[in-house]
This record gives sequence, structure tokens and C-alpha cells, in this order.
Amino acid sequence: MLEPTTSRLTTVLDRHHHELLAQWTTEQLRVFRRGQISESDLRAQCAELLQVLRRALGAGGAIDLESEEWASARDLLTRLSAARAQQGFAPAETATFVLSLKRPLFEALRQTSTDADTLAADIWTATEVLDRLALHTTDAYMRAREELITLQQQDMLELSTPVVKLWDGVLALPMIGTLDSSRTQVVMETLLQRIVDTGSEVAILDITGVPTVDTLTAQHLLKTVTAARLMGAECIISGIRPQIAQTIVHLGVELGDVVTKATLADAFKLALSRLGLGVGRIRAGATPAPVAPALGVE
Amino acid sequence: MERIPVLRMGPVLLVSIQVDMHDQIALTLQDDLTNAITTHGAKGVLIDISSLTVVDSFMGRMLANIAGIARVLDAATVVVGMQPAVAITLVELGLSLSGVHTALNIEKGMALLRAAVTDHAAPGYAMDDADSTV
Repeated sequence: MLEPTTSRLTTVLDRHHHELLAQWTTEQLRVFRRGQISESDLRAQCAELLQVLRRALGAGGAIDLESEEWASARDLLTRLSAARAQQGFAPAETATFVLSLKRPLFEALRQTSTDADTLAADIWTATEVLDRLALHTTDAYMRAREELITLQQQDMLELSTPVVKLWDGVLALPMIGTLDSSRTQVVMETLLQRIVDTGSEVAILDITGVPTVDTLTAQHLLKTVTAARLMGAECIISGIRPQIAQTIVHLGVELGDVVTKATLADAFKLALSRLGLGVGRIRAGATPAPVAPALGVE
Repeated sequence: MERIPVLRMGPVLLVSIQVDMHDQIALTLQDDLTNAITTHGAKGVLIDISSLTVVDSFMGRMLANIAGIARVLDAATVVVGMQPAVAITLVELGLSLSGVHTALNIEKGMALLRAAVTDHAAPGYAMDDADSTV
């Protein structure tokens, strides 16, 4: 029963190729917003899909999207969906690409068929194929979107944790955004690695850009401080805003013997004094010198 | 049997862990070090773990124990060159080695020990010096 149906479908696809293509493209252009996709691109994509669909159906066999015959159709749809996900199409719009073939195809089937039973069988087979392809499209679209999101998350994670060198032996880590477990892990690893690379003795964790501090965030911070201490570097936490100071005390967070400062400048001053350095004013009347000589070993 | 050498540098004992630590080596090291501290009357112990890449809770506890024993015998302990991965593991295990001094490298560790030794053992060393000059 299946065999003749697929062969009838291929015949229809062959015979009505041009009208199908034309009607399908018009159908979609009605749905899509103006300028989202050019008509020639859309027509090329439709033609390509019709071609692989014809080939897959022509190969005969059961309609199984996982099988070898349907591999090219799968690949094409995966590629198109991924491209649509990148271009910012909605999921429904992406699925419409396949589903809008239904109307032209059913119309063509109706024209060729004479017998109601055969027509019903044909339409059923066509629906089945198109539905499965549409599901595959949606799947591929979602996968592409998820990959995109993961990629962006990683980018953000790496961007948001720069370790900067303030002076020989002093590192600063300006933290921006909410501190969750995965971010703290990245922060900790980058900071510790930089401590090893630069041989820095003092690291300043600046939390000016951290919107809220709860017990979990405080615990993450303390872990970082302890790990740095284990390696032989001292950590100073700076940039504690008034509200955050209140929250820390209200929550009863025990910061232990960790040194905290209100501003990065205070922390930097303390870091310099730990290294036996200080900042002084250049004497009036003296020739303006670069900043470096003003910092001398006390 | 594998053993980790305990080297003496003046009032300081030097231990460099360059093999994969397993429990027996750690226990032997603890014994050797305790004996060495009492025999030489060491005032400081420097443990270099820069080649140590894997650490477990037992190893973390051994480091804390060694520091504790050394403190009882009036010697300061400095652990130097801990790798980031090791530090993270110890923190995740909840071991903060609170009684142990740490430093980034041997040079800084020695400076720290020298300061600790001269701070706490100045009278004793003055006497030692007097003895040696006589």
C-alpha cells in the first residue's frame, strides 16, 4: 500500500514541480515579514528541498527520517534551520517553511487523483512526511538556538572575568554581574593561574559590579580568598557598597580575617604598603617626572 | 622503599615533594620530619609542593598535621608553590590549612621563615652564636 502511494507522490512532484514551487514560495512570502528573506533565496531553498524530497521518496522504502535515503533531506533542513535560528526567525516561522508546502501539494494531489480512497491515502502519506520534516526542522532550530546561547554564555563568562595587573606583585579582579557557582569557578581558576604566572603576592577582588551579595556569594568569595592564601597570596576584597555592607552584616556572613576595603583605591594603597611601597607627591618645582619614580621602596 | 629526603639548611628543614604522594610515603615523611626537627632543633620547616598536581583529603590532612606537629616542637611551617588545581581541591574539601603559612615560591617562603625564626628565636640564636664564637 505504501509503495504505490510514494510513487504517486513522486509523480506529482515531478509533474507539478513548477506550480508547486511557485505556489509554495508565494504561500511563504505572505507569512514572512518584508525583507526578512529575499524571494530568490527562498525560491532556491524551496527548489532544493523539493529536489531532495523527490529523491528520498523516489528511493522507495518506508518513510523513516532516520534512514540513509533521508539523510540529504535531514542535512538540508538542519542547515536551513540553523541559518534561520542565526537570522532571528521565530520557531513558528521556521516550521512554516515545511508546513506551507501542504496546501500546494494537496491541491496537486487532488487534481491528479480520481478516486477518493487513493486521494485520502496520498494525503495521509504526504501529511506524515511533511509533519515529520517539520518536527525535524523545529528540533534542529532549537538545537541551533541552544548552541548559540551556550556559546554566548561562555563568551560572557570569559569576558566578565579579566585579571588585571595593577603593579608588580599586585593583581586586581574587577567582578561584574551576579556571582554564581560556575562563574566563581572560572574566576578562581583564572585568578590562581595569574597569581602563579605573575608571582603576585597581593590580589584585590573588586566587587563594585556585583549587584547583590548573599550567603552563597560570600561563601564563593571566601573560597577564592582561601585558595589564594593556600598558594601564598593575600586577597583584599574591595568595592563593598553601603547596601552590601548592610546585607553582609544582616545575613550574619562571617568574613573571617579577610581584609575588606570600601574602594579599590584603599585596597591598592594597602597592597602597596604590604609590598613595602608607597605613593608620594612629587616636590613642587621639581621637573615633572613619570609616575613610576614617585613610587619608591620605603 | 620510596622516601622523601629531609634536607637541613641552617635552622630550617627543607622538604621537596617531587613524587606522587601515596599514604605510606606521607606517613613516613611525617615520622622523618618529626625526628629531624627534634634532632636538629629546627626552627622552621619549608615544604615545597610545586610538583604536586594531585591531592586528596588524606594528603591535605597530612600537611595540616605536619604543621601542627612542627608548631608543638616550636618550628614554623611554610608550604610553598601550591598549584592552582591543588588549592581549589583543598578548598572544596574544606581544608583551609589555617595553621600553615604559605608562600608563592621557595625564595619568598625562605624570607618568611627567616623573619619568623629571627622574631621568635632571637635569644636562642644569640646564645648559639655566642657558643660558636667561643
